[in-house]
Amino acid sequence: MTTAGLRRGLLRGRRPLPRRYVPVLVTTGLLIAMFAAGGVRYENFATGQIVLNVFVDNAYLLVVAIGMTFVILTGGIDLSVGSVIALSTMVSATLISDGWAPLPVIGLVLLMGALLGLGMGAIIQYFEIQPFIVTLAGMFLARGLCYVINTESVKITDPLIVALGETHVPLGPELWVSPSVIIALVVLLAAIYVLQYTRFGRGVYAVGGSEQSALLMGLPVARTKMAVYTISGFCSALGGVLFAFYTLSGWSLHALGTELDAIAAVVIGGTLLTGGYGYLFGTVLGVLVLGLIQTILNFEGTLSAWWTKIVIGLLLFAFILLQRLIGARGGQAPPTPS
Amino acid sequence: MRELLRHRLLWPVVVLVLLLLLNVIYNNGFLSIQVKDGHLYGNLIDILRFGAPLILVAIGMTLVIATGGIDLSVGSVVAIAGAMACLRISDLGDQGAVGGVLGAIGVALVLCLVLGAANGVLVAAIGVQPIVATLILMVAGRGLAQLITDGQIITVNSPPYKLFGGGYWLTLPFGIIVVAVVVVLTALLTRRLALGLLIESVGGNAEASRLVGIRSRGLTIMVYTFCALCAGIAGLIISSNVSSADGNNAGLWIELDAILAVVIGGTSLMGGRFSLTGTVLGALVIQTLTTTIYSIGVPPETTLLFKALVVTLVCLAQSPAFRAKVFHRRRRRPPAPAPSDEIDEKVSVAT
Repeated sequence: MTTAGLRRGLLRGRRPLPRRYVPVLVTTGLLIAMFAAGGVRYENFATGQIVLNVFVDNAYLLVVAIGMTFVILTGGIDLSVGSVIALSTMVSATLISDGWAPLPVIGLVLLMGALLGLGMGAIIQYFEIQPFIVTLAGMFLARGLCYVINTESVKITDPLIVALGETHVPLGPELWVSPSVIIALVVLLAAIYVLQYTRFGRGVYAVGGSEQSALLMGLPVARTKMAVYTISGFCSALGGVLFAFYTLSGWSLHALGTELDAIAAVVIGGTLLTGGYGYLFGTVLGVLVLGLIQTILNFEGTLSAWWTKIVIGLLLFAFILLQRLIGARGGQAPPTPS
Repeated sequence: MRELLRHRLLWPVVVLVLLLLLNVIYNNGFLSIQVKDGHLYGNLIDILRFGAPLILVAIGMTLVIATGGIDLSVGSVVAIAGAMACLRISDLGDQGAVGGVLGAIGVALVLCLVLGAANGVLVAAIGVQPIVATLILMVAGRGLAQLITDGQIITVNSPPYKLFGGGYWLTLPFGIIVVAVVVVLTALLTRRLALGLLIESVGGNAEASRLVGIRSRGLTIMVYTFCALCAGIAGLIISSNVSSADGNNAGLWIELDAILAVVIGGTSLMGGRFSLTGTVLGALVIQTLTTTIYSIGVPPETTLLFKALVVTLVCLAQSPAFRAKVFHRRRRRPPAPAPSDEIDEKVSVAT
């Protein structure tokens, strides 16, 4: 080992953890600070149910952001998620109102989302077109299909779906969550297991770190890349199903701009947009931060809805700067959008 | 003949001609242009007129993409420009005052310049990926536009402002003249001066261009500023056309249409070369597609489906990997991996 290498090794050895964990720690700090500020400023804010409500309102976003995390970890991006949510609500609502049983419909919708993701992944991988432009086309396609199915909002009156949407699962005295939250948490646990403890999960990080190296190491790069888009498609469809539980309707304008929320949640959660670094736990924190901003603005009352966008934009800016300052690989900015 | 077949503007032209032919089949008088009250009327004029904002935004986007970047924030800038101009005009005592209206337009455009420069600084000086840097303004900009309009739709009643997007000058709609001026100026500046070449060299390899003495940082900031300016002018045309500013819906999806127009026009998303003519053709293809869908009676809801189809086909046609796989059955080793090698080289040199 050369002296330089040794010194680098020592340096890395001296503080290996903080660098990787700084974004997540900052987000955690921000979340606690926001919650504390809310608690000090408003009555009835610092209660357990407020936190649970953030989960209830954002269960669908959490699921979508989990899928997005997989894609961003490989250095890609998926702009189609919002449209796939809308398409899922639309297909579910239409088929159910046509008299189909709800469970096969949900299965079909999930399959559809996964296939759409797989198709986009295959085009990205085999024809070497940028993920950004392929998923953009996917976004047009899914939103367009919604309009073709129906331009009006379709109500869901099926008793099972209504029950899933309106049931309160008690967690303690005056504390409850919706079944969607439980589904989202199950997805989260499964995703954490896959990402941290399976060969595929490690492959996702490897591809994001350096696709060329991963290829030279003999990792199944093509399969991994197609799989992450499939996962993202599946998660978006599931997010759409949860969204349908939440709104009990299918509409082609549902979840407009959710792709931005999902990307923002992932970035605020500390995942590097160049890929290779990041944790699902951070994504959860990112979703909570977005949800809490909404809650605080609701409590404030006088502030209007557009402040949400401005605050999210500022937060994105701050966290991207943070990534640049401390990110291990943040020093690299590819000249091409990816 | 071979030369013609390999010309990179061939496909956009073919698509445009096919679309126009389709229209002529459905409506024989489609191409006719009439003069009423000294103004030109006709479907072709309408395509140009409604396509004007898109052409403007796409021109700015072309230069950004030529540097290897992308600007997602143009839609928000469109909304901000309209909002700012309408706010200033609605504050005027006399909305018909030409000076006041010009002042309002000036303020709106200066604001756009500042926003564009901010994008450029994020990309060039701080080194954030373009897609992410402009994503910030895309999200926050919508909020900003709504903040300016206070969430309302500001309506103005100002004849001088109305001229900008809805009026006629020299028998032509004023918007078309604005677009023509911008396109010609841009073409002169980039193709008659070395500017275009420098922009392409930054897109080819920013670090190498810096090493040969090109101020790539300044150039990058400049193209993002120019892009925002174009988006701002487009925003003024859109809001003037309806005499109101809508922070929520003005310019919604225009960034996607603009990127689509650039791609159809044959400018590579990797940067390094661009074609202004191609972009104008691309924008016209998109606008004609929209018009066609309305005029031949296909439900307008399917526009998005068509666009998805067109994006996919155009991108596939441009993808070297796709061509190698589909058109050359013989496995020729070198061409296929070449593009990815090139990218990697660019990345490693730039770091």
